[in-house]
Amino acid sequence: MSKKKEVDDVSGTETTGHEWDGIKELNTPLPRWWVVIFIATIVWAVGYWIVMPAWPLVHGYTHGILNHSQRDTVTANVNALKAARAAREHALDHASLKQIQDNPELLQFAMAEGKSVFGDNCAPCHGDGGQGAHGYPNLNDDVWLWGGKLEDIQHTITVGVRSGAPDTRESQMPAFGRDAILKPGEIEDLTQYVVHLSGRRADAGAMRRGGKLFADNCAACHGPEGRGERKVGAPNLTDNEWLYGGAPENIHDQIWNGHGGVMPTWGGRLTRETIKSLAVYVHSLGGGE
Amino acid sequence: MTAHTVIDRLGGGQQAAEGVARSDAQATNSAANRKLYKPRVPIHPREQDGVYRKIKWAMMAVTLSIYYLIPWVRWDRGPDAPDQAVLVDFAHQRFYFFFIEIWPQEVYYITGLLILAAVSLFLVNALFGRLWCGYSCPQTVWTDLFIWVETKIEGDRNARIKLDAAPWTANKIVKRVSKHAIWLMFAVATGGAWVFYYNDAPTLLHQLLTGTASIGNYAFIGILAFTTYSLGGLMREQVCTYMCPWPRIQAAMSDKESLTVTYRSDRGEPRGAHKKGDPWEDRGSCIDCNQCVAACPMGIDIRDGAQLECINCGLCIDACDDVMKKIGQPARLIAYDTDANIQRRLKGEKTRFRFLRPRTMFYAAVLVIVSAVMLFTLATRRTIDMDVLRDRNPNYVTLADGAVRNGYTVKLLNLSSSARDFHLAVSGLKTREVKVIGLETDIMPAILHVPADKVRTVRVLVTVAKADLGTAGSRDITFTVTEPVHGQVRAVGQVFATGVAQ
Repeated sequence: MSKKKEVDDVSGTETTGHEWDGIKELNTPLPRWWVVIFIATIVWAVGYWIVMPAWPLVHGYTHGILNHSQRDTVTANVNALKAARAAREHALDHASLKQIQDNPELLQFAMAEGKSVFGDNCAPCHGDGGQGAHGYPNLNDDVWLWGGKLEDIQHTITVGVRSGAPDTRESQMPAFGRDAILKPGEIEDLTQYVVHLSGRRADAGAMRRGGKLFADNCAACHGPEGRGERKVGAPNLTDNEWLYGGAPENIHDQIWNGHGGVMPTWGGRLTRETIKSLAVYVHSLGGGE
Repeated sequence: MTAHTVIDRLGGGQQAAEGVARSDAQATNSAANRKLYKPRVPIHPREQDGVYRKIKWAMMAVTLSIYYLIPWVRWDRGPDAPDQAVLVDFAHQRFYFFFIEIWPQEVYYITGLLILAAVSLFLVNALFGRLWCGYSCPQTVWTDLFIWVETKIEGDRNARIKLDAAPWTANKIVKRVSKHAIWLMFAVATGGAWVFYYNDAPTLLHQLLTGTASIGNYAFIGILAFTTYSLGGLMREQVCTYMCPWPRIQAAMSDKESLTVTYRSDRGEPRGAHKKGDPWEDRGSCIDCNQCVAACPMGIDIRDGAQLECINCGLCIDACDDVMKKIGQPARLIAYDTDANIQRRLKGEKTRFRFLRPRTMFYAAVLVIVSAVMLFTLATRRTIDMDVLRDRNPNYVTLADGAVRNGYTVKLLNLSSSARDFHLAVSGLKTREVKVIGLETDIMPAILHVPADKVRTVRVLVTVAKADLGTAGSRDITFTVTEPVHGQVRAVGQVFATGVAQ
């Protein structure tokens, strides 16, 4: 350095030598580390343009020398996963439900798959623990409208309930009140009779009248003693489990409106192996027969 | 170069005493000389031989050998477990340390180990000062190693100062490039050794050399190479001065009886240059030659007294001893000594070292207690364990006949190296059925085979008849797992939700 650096008296800082109207500019450069990082980011950006997809063109974009594509990565990952699962999926497909349950390795795989598929497809209605809700059956208990054996569960999942598929589980309770099949007073009596069926106190007179009405209108599906009939998906009225609620007003509402929920058919949506896993998983929730 | 020529060529020809040049080395890193907005002055410690330098070399060899060789030590644990003596196995969530194997939930052993390390550090500090900082801290060891490389390539202190100031000639470029290249090689080897603690070392070495190791390993080698290179090569004493909390903490750990590298001011002062033939009476032994400053890797002047920048490495002792020998004065003007001894000498009392002090006895007691607790828990470590998680969704299930069922996920931990049968039973409540999903029978206790060193997870469904539900919303239930061979038992209390409205 030939020129001597001028130092400002007040701040003790070097000046740049620039002067305007007697005001001198202090030389306070950006910190060296900051400048180095700033330049490094620029160099990095240029390298990134060359290596990675970066610039949009009229048709498409620059692919970069790596020709990287997140879409391809996902496809490759999904395919790799499918390949990794292929052997077990194949085994699932060829094993009976009972065989799956008895083979610890297959069972572990089926349970894991079943749990995740349940969460994706079934939990919105049945709850994430299969605990059910008003109008949506609890899958943990020992009450099954269409049967709780492995095969029954598998079939229900495959065809759905009132799903519109040709071989779906189908039952329809008439809306006795809404469609004016019975008079309001008769429905009151019938309600009292159903309350009595499940072992609770009910009005004696109404009950007697309701018994006759039950035999004429309900026993065909629910059975003469109200114990239900799985062939037609008619629920047992003598237990403590109520899909639409067990309070007298809930029972009245059900007789009046004849609610019947819809479960979609999963046969076309999930693969056969996946439905098997799901059946094994639901069966293991505790209610399986 | 004879003894009559200068030790320090930049000493400006000034002599501190017969045959000893005065160094112009300055304590650029002492608190008084550091300014917030002043750039760092590079410290070029002069190569120094002596007792403490030899100890430092030996410690470097020992610590680096431990670091590099430990992952290669084998330890037989049977066919299903890794045979590496020290291994942090993240994939299988195990930590192996010779005969000890720790599961993630036993991480409190690591806490115990850290407490032991901290208390040991306190104790050593109270007794002998910062031996850790001076001899075995990785920062010290690697800085020493990197300075050694620098000295071999660029020469000793004066040559390095000259080279710094020299224009960029081909010679300078070659020296600088080779220095940084060798630093980077050492740095990569440092990070490389670290990843061996997390993988089977021979397998990983093969993978690293063939380019088939996982990207994480290369990334960690890269990260640690970068930190080693920048902390050991470039930042050096700044790590100790600015980044490390230990220099601050140690002030609270040491007292006036702690051994520290001490300039014996009672003997050294008043200091000043000594002319040949002058008497030594009525003056101190310090000839103000600054050789202690020139040798200091921290860039301080030990004669300023104890200071947080001092790592107590003793290189200034070696430097001063050389000088004392030359001028025919007794050695150890700078020595491991205590502040209290200086006071005692000034008062004409006898010096002594009080190693038994309340502080040191307290640290020793804590050390013994923590070690004993650790040893006891390790020796009596249970090799079975169980966790019981109750289903929350649904909270409970009412069955058709009014009975209530609760679901539990039971995790059985076999913390031993052999497969064992565990007996699981449920008590505390009159149950109608206890069903373990996957077992054919519901006979209690359920016999569950758990493979060696594994967790087995089973679902257990407990049903209580309506008549036995009682009136409380929840009842207590106990799961007990027994290992019949060694008779180990683990009982876990849980809750059974009855669904009975309160």
